[in-house]
Amino acid sequence: MNRKLLMTIQGNYVAPRFDLATEVLIADVCDGKLAGEPKTIIMDRPSDERLCRMILEGKITDVVCGGIDEMHYNFLNWKQIIVVDGVIADWRSALNMHQAGMLRQGQILLAGARQGGAA
Amino acid sequence: MMNSPVQFEMQTILEGIPHPAMILDRAFRIVEMNRLLEALTGYEIGSVQGIFGELVVRSNTGNSRGQLYNRVVETGRPFSATGDVLDGSRRKIPVLYNIAPLEHHGSCNGLLVIVEDLSARGGDHFGTPTEIDTSDFIAQSPNMQKVMDMTSLLAHTDASVLITGETGTGKDKIAEIMHRESERARYPFIKVNCGALPVDLLESELFGHVKGAFTGATRNKQGMFKLADRGTLFLTEIGDMPLSLQVKLLSVLDDKKFIPVGGEQSIDVDTRIIAATHRPLRQQVVKGEFREDLFYRLNVLHLHLPPLRERLVDVELLLHHFLHYFNQRLGKSITGFSESAGRLLRGYLFPGNVRELRNIVEYCVNICNEKSIRQEHLPAFLFQAQAEVIEPDGREDQLTATAGPPEAVPIAAAKKHGGSWGAIERQMIVDMLTRHGGSRKLAAEELGWGRMKLWRRMKKYELL
Repeated sequence: MNRKLLMTIQGNYVAPRFDLATEVLIADVCDGKLAGEPKTIIMDRPSDERLCRMILEGKITDVVCGGIDEMHYNFLNWKQIIVVDGVIADWRSALNMHQAGMLRQGQILLAGARQGGAA
Repeated sequence: MMNSPVQFEMQTILEGIPHPAMILDRAFRIVEMNRLLEALTGYEIGSVQGIFGELVVRSNTGNSRGQLYNRVVETGRPFSATGDVLDGSRRKIPVLYNIAPLEHHGSCNGLLVIVEDLSARGGDHFGTPTEIDTSDFIAQSPNMQKVMDMTSLLAHTDASVLITGETGTGKDKIAEIMHRESERARYPFIKVNCGALPVDLLESELFGHVKGAFTGATRNKQGMFKLADRGTLFLTEIGDMPLSLQVKLLSVLDDKKFIPVGGEQSIDVDTRIIAATHRPLRQQVVKGEFREDLFYRLNVLHLHLPPLRERLVDVELLLHHFLHYFNQRLGKSITGFSESAGRLLRGYLFPGNVRELRNIVEYCVNICNEKSIRQEHLPAFLFQAQAEVIEPDGREDQLTATAGPPEAVPIAAAKKHGGSWGAIERQMIVDMLTRHGGSRKLAAEELGWGRMKLWRRMKKYELL
């Protein structure tokens, strides 16, 4: 089954807030495997409205993010997009977990000892 | 701290802070946080210890990549910023974000972060407490003055308060003031609308749930009772609370402890309850729709807010207050109301009370492009309702007697139109959707709105 994932990121981490994210990672996932290299888009300024538009126009099926406000969460749900929010992780781990179908809302994939300094 | 003659556990110090707070190490990783911050973020300390603070406390205070933390370390001086934090329930909470350096032998060894919740004191404005305290209630009528006097008295007790009054009379505002004036002001003020959620959701919202309690409960959730610990829980529309939950609420009020949905251990809480309703609770008790014991438990202190038609002296004040307010917000310079428009408004009964008056003024200021608001700038339903007064339907005498002024509008007629700009807009959306067979795209096009705007409006008016 083909899925298209958008993840808001900040440096190496899943961005703590959807509305403040300026980097997004887009990946095509086919039968649980990455189809091609994920691409990163840098936005000139943060905007949750623009992100929503990008998600709809880009036919994204899954969104992985940190915090997202209720209104945009409900909007994306209404558009039948799967939103896994509240994730605290480095984006690679989040991507791997998502590919494996194991990423859950509010999941923390950072062990304190593993985390090296500021994001 | 370790070499100090008196040693403290960091956790006990944090619990003494009446706001969500945490301690970060020199690399800005979480060392400890208090229960209030756990409640705000929805994460327990055990699961986030050692994680970079900014990833857990999701603020928009300009702390991206720890910029504020760095600034405090570099300057060695505390720093505060206003903004908001996304809580565990996806709500934006206005906060004052305070960061202070923790020094040891002259060098910064960590940071103390205190996240002060401003929502209970009108946090949208991010002003100082003094600024927020002044502009709350526009009332000069004697019966409202009595209410204000009573409010400050009731604020300083810990007993439950029941606020009654028609819709739009300011029950929520009074509850907020009561909390702000109380000794609990520095702790959370949490509002729960008991009529807005189905029974199961309301139970989970109030008392929280444990992971696995039901399908979709993928993690522990703190209930509003726990979030309001040491603060005030405001239960609005208490008359709509399902009977089954009334029992559990009564038990919490009596025992000051509860068990979350699906949980086994009881949780102690120290929460003051303020309840409000526009329904006649005594009649509901007689009908068996509201538990008598809970009624007496909540009705320890009772405050009734008079409707606007019983304090007509305040109408003029409120009209000018909201005119000034919307002038500022919309960048207009309307000086007042024409004589005929003013006469019509002063004679109107405002069944939706202050909320309706505010909405009418907002409508007028939006529509009016002249120096003063004239009759043609008033919402059409005011005139339609007025026309119904003239019809001899046997109700006219009674209503005119109640209203006094000859141009008074019957309550039922105004209610037909919903009594506010919001109701008119809602009806407009419903009509448009009906006309286009439910197609949001076509409805949005005809309204001249984007689809996002239509969706937002539909959400606001609970049409989704």
